[in-house]
Amino acid sequence: MSAAVAAVPSWVQRQSRNPNAVVYTALVVGALIYPTVVQFVNPEQANPLIGLASDAGVYVLMAIGLNVVVGFAGLLDLGYAAFFAIGAYTYALLASGQLALSPAHHAVHLPFWLLLFIAVAVAAACGALLGAPTLRLRGDYLAIVTLGFGEIVPRVFRNLPQWTGGVNAVPAIDAPSLPVWLDGPWDNGADLQIVHDLKLTAGQPVGFYLLMMLLVFVSVLLVRNLQRSRLGRAWMAVREDEVAAAAMGVNTVTIKLLAFSIGAAVSGFAGCYFGAKLSSVSPENFTFLVSVTVLLMVTLGGMGNIPGVIVGALVIYFVQYKILGDLPGWTSSIGSSLGLPGKTVTRLSDLATDLNFVVFGLILVTTMLLRPQGLVPSRARQEELTKGTASEAVADVMGTA
Amino acid sequence: MSSDPHILRLDSVTRRFGGLTAVDRVSFHVRRGEVFALIGPNGAGKTTLFNGITGLIPPSAGTVTFDGTDITGLKPHRVAWMGIARTFQNIRLFDYMSVLDNVRVGQHCRMHAKVWDALLKTPLARSEEHEVEDKARELLRFVGIEHHAHNYARNLPYGQQRRLEIARALASGPSLLLLDEPAAGFTPQEKVELMRLVERICAEGITVFLIEHDMKVVMGISRRIVVLDHGEKIAEGTPEEVRTNRRVVEAYLGRSA
Repeated sequence: MSAAVAAVPSWVQRQSRNPNAVVYTALVVGALIYPTVVQFVNPEQANPLIGLASDAGVYVLMAIGLNVVVGFAGLLDLGYAAFFAIGAYTYALLASGQLALSPAHHAVHLPFWLLLFIAVAVAAACGALLGAPTLRLRGDYLAIVTLGFGEIVPRVFRNLPQWTGGVNAVPAIDAPSLPVWLDGPWDNGADLQIVHDLKLTAGQPVGFYLLMMLLVFVSVLLVRNLQRSRLGRAWMAVREDEVAAAAMGVNTVTIKLLAFSIGAAVSGFAGCYFGAKLSSVSPENFTFLVSVTVLLMVTLGGMGNIPGVIVGALVIYFVQYKILGDLPGWTSSIGSSLGLPGKTVTRLSDLATDLNFVVFGLILVTTMLLRPQGLVPSRARQEELTKGTASEAVADVMGTA
Repeated sequence: MSSDPHILRLDSVTRRFGGLTAVDRVSFHVRRGEVFALIGPNGAGKTTLFNGITGLIPPSAGTVTFDGTDITGLKPHRVAWMGIARTFQNIRLFDYMSVLDNVRVGQHCRMHAKVWDALLKTPLARSEEHEVEDKARELLRFVGIEHHAHNYARNLPYGQQRRLEIARALASGPSLLLLDEPAAGFTPQEKVELMRLVERICAEGITVFLIEHDMKVVMGISRRIVVLDHGEKIAEGTPEEVRTNRRVVEAYLGRSA
């Protein structure tokens, strides 16, 4: 007992040198206190800010999924948004009145929690389906085929108006509901009571926020398990040297298929959530830009490292939707406070709007120049690699002290 | 397992690359439990033959029989699963994986954990991971690099990378081990150590089939030798027989001696 207690400080000390542990801790603490903090700091903007964070979660999920494909297995996928679209449309069609208008003539309203699994299964199956004919290709060729797939899928949804509503989007998608919920003072000072069939609506972003936290938590847990398993090692072996991996008994085709499939599965989560939160899904939500943005998040965050890609996703999302979005506003308020004439201020803020992507590009280039390995780089098997040196050193210090 | 005294049979194995015949109707048998060597000048087709056996570049014609089963043209991972492991002439380790993980990957084809086991960390996956780690450490001890277990493979000195490659190959539990120029670039001391290691592997009941240029190593450890020149087999026999063979001396030893 006392030995266990005595071991705690050294354990904490060890973990504090492990960047991943530090980042995970920061993320968990940040996620837990975020809703309360924005409530205090910016009460009028609290709901939009919480909504923004849970939308960022969509990208976090996709980054975690794409990291399996790109980071672990080393397969360049430029059409990842396709699986996101498939997940979103799975939810949209099976939880709305849309199918009543289709040749099927029957609206389907399955519960969100069931569809979460169905969407994951459908996305995973599509991942395998795409993978099967293409995974014989390598490198650039694979990238081009996935690029094509990423373009084809939204087009299919757009050009099947009798099923998907085409460009008009699938409207009025069901909101997820909780069968039982304990309401209390934490919800705007309501009385303590048990609520049945609580619908999560856009008006209560905290519910969606918690849902997103749950999805991210589960995804991280599962993908982390995979990374440290037989399968994760095989992915890395294929990434490092495909020929040697095959000669060691790794069925490279199956392994790559699994990477595609599991990567796609995570974006099934993301798609399902996306459809439920937005309550409308249109082909315009799944452009090439989405695929590229997610790839960017993975690369910038630290390919192959789960906390890295989470940080990457959050940073890029924040830059894109908060900093770049607010840039014209900031420019004009700075201009006015400097006493510039109104015309100049308008010009400046227009310029800021025009230069949005230049600023974004500059931020990206600067980050990659400063940290080419990513924000939180992958330390494959960090614990193992340092066990031989760091913990021994700690033991030495403890022993002589 | 068959009672065939020959663990590996090659029957008129041929490999053509366009108009070039890299391996031309080569036949020989490797006996169970022996150390068998394949020698020949550069470009004689030795590595092509290895690639043909392991399925990396399947033969154009002829058959490869392993343990009584026809394995001609099987995919490399199937060949590994059947029990043939190999090393590469120019070392092919998983550079950015730890030494221990390299050996763990070697055990991939002997593991049973499925995707669900990995996802949910089932008791099966856990206990298997323990076994795999223990076996990996044992193999690292066997080749003498256990102190490097947690380093990246690429950070190992050259000679130990060769040892790691052997450990990784042994991890797949082979009954036949193919070594492609295991002593290349070794110092005389390292060569002696390698020969001892090969003897120890052989003592474990694993048949060793190696390609080697160094005559001291070849003559020192192999029971029988096949000589290849320009893709054709020109001699087969014990080290003494091969050493005194006129064609071999002309084709190969003559130049260096």
